[in-house]
Amino acid sequence: MASIGDIPVQVEGAPAAPAEYGNALPVLSEVRHALAQLVDGGEPTQIDLGAMPFGPGDEDRLMALLGSGEVTASVNALGLTRIQETAYRGVWIVEYLNTDDQRVALHLEIATVPQLLRSPPADLSDALAALETQLAAAEAK
Amino acid sequence: MTAMDFLMLTKGPLFQAALAVFALGMLVRLVEIFVLGRAHNYAAPRGSAVLGGLRTTYKRFEPDPGTFKAAPFDVVVGMIWHIGFIVALLLFIPHVELIKSTFGIAWPALPNPVVDAVTAITLLGLLAALVHRLAHPVKRFLSTPEDYLIWGVTFLVMLTGWLAYHRIINPYPLALGIHILAAEIFLVVLPFTKLTHIFTAFVARYYNGAIFGRKGVQS
Amino acid sequence: MATSSPQRPAGQSAPTMDPPLGPIQRPTLGESLRRNGVSRRGFLKFCAATASMMALPPSMAPAIAAALETARRPSVIWLSFQECTGCTESLTRSFSPTVENLILDTISLDYHHTLQAAAGDAAEHAREEAMRANAGAYLVVVDGSLPGPKANPGHSTIAGISNYDMLMETVADAAAVIAVGSCAAFGGLPKADPNPSGAVAVQDLVKDKPVINVSGCPPLPMVITGVLAQYLTFGKLPELDEYNRPRAFFGQSIHDRCYRRPFYDKGLFAETFDDEGAKKGWCLYRLGCKGPMTYNACATMKWNGGSSWPVESGAPCLGCSEPDFWDAGGFYDALSVPPGNSGEMLLTAGAAGVAVGAGVGLLARSKAKSAEKQHQTVTAEQLEQKL
Repeated sequence: MASIGDIPVQVEGAPAAPAEYGNALPVLSEVRHALAQLVDGGEPTQIDLGAMPFGPGDEDRLMALLGSGEVTASVNALGLTRIQETAYRGVWIVEYLNTDDQRVALHLEIATVPQLLRSPPADLSDALAALETQLAAAEAK
Repeated sequence: MTAMDFLMLTKGPLFQAALAVFALGMLVRLVEIFVLGRAHNYAAPRGSAVLGGLRTTYKRFEPDPGTFKAAPFDVVVGMIWHIGFIVALLLFIPHVELIKSTFGIAWPALPNPVVDAVTAITLLGLLAALVHRLAHPVKRFLSTPEDYLIWGVTFLVMLTGWLAYHRIINPYPLALGIHILAAEIFLVVLPFTKLTHIFTAFVARYYNGAIFGRKGVQS
Repeated sequence: MATSSPQRPAGQSAPTMDPPLGPIQRPTLGESLRRNGVSRRGFLKFCAATASMMALPPSMAPAIAAALETARRPSVIWLSFQECTGCTESLTRSFSPTVENLILDTISLDYHHTLQAAAGDAAEHAREEAMRANAGAYLVVVDGSLPGPKANPGHSTIAGISNYDMLMETVADAAAVIAVGSCAAFGGLPKADPNPSGAVAVQDLVKDKPVINVSGCPPLPMVITGVLAQYLTFGKLPELDEYNRPRAFFGQSIHDRCYRRPFYDKGLFAETFDDEGAKKGWCLYRLGCKGPMTYNACATMKWNGGSSWPVESGAPCLGCSEPDFWDAGGFYDALSVPPGNSGEMLLTAGAAGVAVGAGVGLLARSKAKSAEKQHQTVTAEQLEQKL
């Protein structure tokens, strides 16, 4: 099947300059509030950007305002999850992709470490057991 | 009947009917006044009747110092809510759209938050006016049921509009329908009550001013 | 869409099988995910995306995880009546297959005309089988309106059964009914004036079971699956609005969540579809946008995998998730504009008013004139004589 990009579209005249919708700044002030909460009480916050009334360009503007920091990470479970620390330490962009690389959710996480990067406690005992089994198998040889 | 049926009824047939009653009733009253005319004055004019009439039509917007001294509350509160009513009626975006579709003319409107604030002030002004009327023994004595009726229809139209804007009544088509119905009651009541002053006040001012203008008297 | 086709194709549930599994014996979602090799991190991610889909805050993800861990697969019977299959199209064109598929794989879609493999008797048998096996626990999803009990049932039948009979029979033992699309929820296009088939909405007929309306023409795919996910996760019905729609998705108007709202408040409008204002993305109120009276999630969830939605592409909202939107005035007339020709009415009534007023005025004048003519002078002596 032809992709939508294959349809020839001709734009007449110069396109108008993108409007400034101004919906990024309120999110930034929500982030500021969440960061203050993290500093004061250590309480992490997650913000669902999918629930924001963004117009075209608003998300890009927010990302430009947040910038990028030192850490990037990816988690490969049920599709890829891209995690990027912003220029503001403790503010993380978490983009969840499905197995077809389409975005299923976009969150901002205000925490010292994003939840998804931590090893789930229940997995630790499983891992310990697996490691012991392997050691035992190696010693038996 | 669903909320949407109600809205379509108030927006459609009821609006047309209210508009017809209003236009017919108001024009009967105004044309009757104009056709009756005024008694012929045989005295030689000492000034322009037209200029005097126009001047007084405008001048009466300015509160008279004597009246202000005697009843400052009536002047200030009355002025506030009258201006608020006119601003909400004529400078709210959806109203301008309605006027444009009905009369074919339009003008710039005010931002919604401004109209919202003006409406709130107007509602408070109307409430204050009612409390004052009830608390003041002379005013209460002079008030007729008609006075309370026109206060009621004016207050209702403002209140329902404000409730619809803030989505306090749900579902929304019901809120909007109630507001439109209140406006229709206002339109129907208008030609048959003191509300005709919306139009006749200017006729009276002009005639008054014209009489004095012809006599060369400042008024 | 292959992955979200029925888990248990209707043809397989033949009477020769073991007694069908009741709702209690079905595996939990946690079990089925782990069996499919989904890690705990994957599960957490799934829950985060599910929270997004259910319009819940991300902090709810752990609660969703805990609930889903033990959730059981509900049986779903999907009935399609007077509809255009647009709702099913919307559902199956959802762009985030991982999450939706998990939800759809998790429910047991036991009957769906368009998606099921079986046909004819076998299809109808699957419906009866699912009803019998899950009595009191299955969900009925309806898309399309149906001829009411007094209308000619011949307007819409399936396998010789009238829509009305099939709905009432299927709903009798259901846990709840989900009316998907504006036709099922409010009557939609079939009910539009003059309603030739006597169409009614599901909630007009089903009075003794909870009915959840998921309106829209079609509804957002995420909203359809979100409502299913919510039922699956928490096992209870969501909070509903005045029209029995889940508040999580229909709680706010398009207008209040619209990214173009600042232009409305500033009074900046597109006057035509290609003027400067339209190009600058100003408010579409004057072009007929029904956003102020329309409650839906388009402004945030958007369409086609979150790429855009009508207002973003320059088209005013038609109000498709509201009752009777087909008959609610012109699509391109501003919301406050009344239907019909008010200007003409005003002119006619005004002309009549002028005529009557002139008549009344002239009558009064001639009365005054004739009174003046008949005016007789009288002297004091004459008066005294009379007395």
